[in-house]
Amino acid sequence: MRTVGPVIARRNDEASGALIGYLPVGFPSLDESVDAAVAIVENGVDVLELGLPYSDPVMDGTVIQAATQQALAGGFRLADGFEAVRRITERVDAPVLIMTYWNPVVQYGIDRFADDLAAAGGAGLITPDLIPDEAADWIAASERTGLDRVFLAAPTSSDARLKLAVESSRGFVYTVSTMGITGARSDVDEAARTLVARLAAVGSPASCVGLGISTAAQVAEVLEYADGAIVGSALVKALAEGGVAAVGELAAELARGARRE
Amino acid sequence: MALRAQTGPYFGDFGGRFVPESLVAALDELGEAYDLAKLDPAFGAELAELGRSYTGRPSIVTEVPRFASHAGGARIILKREDLNHTGSHKINNVLGQALLTKRIGKSRVIAETGAGQHGVATATAAALFGLECTVYMGEVDTERQALNVARMRLLGAEVIAVKAGSRTLKDAINEAMRDWVTNVETTNYIFGTVAGPHPFPEMVRDFQKVIGEEARAQVLELTGGLPTAVAACVGGGSNAIGIFHAFLDDAEVGLYGFEAGGEGVDTERHAATITKGRPGVLHGARSYLLQDEDGQTIESHSISAGLDYPGVGPEHSWLAAIGRAEYRPVTDAAAMQALRLLTRTEGIIPAIESAHALAGALELGRELGPDSTILVNLSGRGDKDMETAATYFGLYDQEAGE
Repeated sequence: MRTVGPVIARRNDEASGALIGYLPVGFPSLDESVDAAVAIVENGVDVLELGLPYSDPVMDGTVIQAATQQALAGGFRLADGFEAVRRITERVDAPVLIMTYWNPVVQYGIDRFADDLAAAGGAGLITPDLIPDEAADWIAASERTGLDRVFLAAPTSSDARLKLAVESSRGFVYTVSTMGITGARSDVDEAARTLVARLAAVGSPASCVGLGISTAAQVAEVLEYADGAIVGSALVKALAEGGVAAVGELAAELARGARRE
Repeated sequence: MALRAQTGPYFGDFGGRFVPESLVAALDELGEAYDLAKLDPAFGAELAELGRSYTGRPSIVTEVPRFASHAGGARIILKREDLNHTGSHKINNVLGQALLTKRIGKSRVIAETGAGQHGVATATAAALFGLECTVYMGEVDTERQALNVARMRLLGAEVIAVKAGSRTLKDAINEAMRDWVTNVETTNYIFGTVAGPHPFPEMVRDFQKVIGEEARAQVLELTGGLPTAVAACVGGGSNAIGIFHAFLDDAEVGLYGFEAGGEGVDTERHAATITKGRPGVLHGARSYLLQDEDGQTIESHSISAGLDYPGVGPEHSWLAAIGRAEYRPVTDAAAMQALRLLTRTEGIIPAIESAHALAGALELGRELGPDSTILVNLSGRGDKDMETAATYFGLYDQEAGE
């Protein structure tokens, strides 16, 4: 199984850290979303975060909302998520995490979802609206299948909650850079640097920063202190505006920010 | 354990906190502030005084014999939450949460609203307490409840029309949650119903349970006994839990929640969440939910904006699961007929939401017979619905040339 921990560790040895790229399944179509995911890996993204479109995405800003709503309107089904993982992992070696809101997993069946994701070659789940306190069934299913589970840490989280996120996660802790939702920002908050340090203090083996990162300079800045930088909305916008070629070019540009100087 | 003693975060298999980590600190802060306030006599006294001198509590009960003559001879008694300041039960909860906002030192409040009644109540409390206020409302609802949009703006609130998804209450909640995630350090979310993550279902219920506590005593005084049945409409379910709660451990009192059946529960256009949904997670809690096979929320429909919601509060899901309360659908057409019937027989124009409970009471009366007494929560007044009613019943003069 291709889990993300070893990839993040390796990229911190050979470069300044890991570049993690988000794209939604089924946008602009299933085939193009697979091609786009392959293209960003071929252009330097180390770990893929594939989003499953959901009707009520409360952590997403307008760019990702528009893309995922279009995917749903285009007939996205959960089975497409496993299909995309299978096709991507056949073509490239990067580990693929699924980012999903929780209800689709519950309805599919938590154990069945874990089994099908593992069978498709997926690495694990990022769960933006599932906190470890409510995750007993998922923790059991991921222990059984060996899948990674990525929980979130926020600037407002207490030290006790950061410790819970670190102890509950496997792969990395998704470090929320700022208070807010997905979308490009001109400054990645100083709060991210503080939060990564707080996570390290409670024993986090890997902390990757997301929300608001859209340029190579921001990737480089984040990787000065974090183990990985997560880019989402900027890639989705590039795909929306310029197709697979454009999103590949942006990935190559972002990857320059992850090179050791 | 007495059913009344049930608290969050879980009501049986329902409830919990399915939220982004960014909100957990705020929910903890709110829950802790509420737990302290519950124990503080000064908080209870201040809220009760606001109820008395601002809202107009206790609200009266009105027996409606001319309306009841259409209900198999049952006695029907209305709990008049429509007479509250701002026109519905929503103010009960909002004043409680606004007092808590002051206690936790936040200067801005946000709210979602469907029909606009919760938004108006929140804008009202914001004006009263000097808080900055933003209300999220689905674009469809801003059109069908334009009067309430004007009221909120006059009260000084910013009203944001939400254009995402179904452009109704569910999407307004999504957008309010996005605002809260972003501005949580300065902002308190005054949630309008008994849904959402803990502590909202328990806290909103506690602020609404005064309805049933008053009504139970009032019915006892008026009739010498408890009612046979209590009827309320259910969207998220705050007015229903408010009137049910005092009766939960009175096993002889039947509790009936009436969901929006829209164009019929065998069509795709309804909001009958418990009748037709199954358990899932939406807006921070596990509860019944209208959803497809993949867990995507299905857009609901109701002629009433306040009931047009594909979810329901977790305590209702629990009461349904244990069989303590029964939930039934009422169609748009039945609700509108009941609205007109109460208006013509008693001179009381109910909100379309509350008209679902009235239609349910007509049905219950015929089932329970002339010896029964039915207490109905008249949760709001119909002023806001004149546009919808006038169109539905053809009450406007036709303009020249048409």
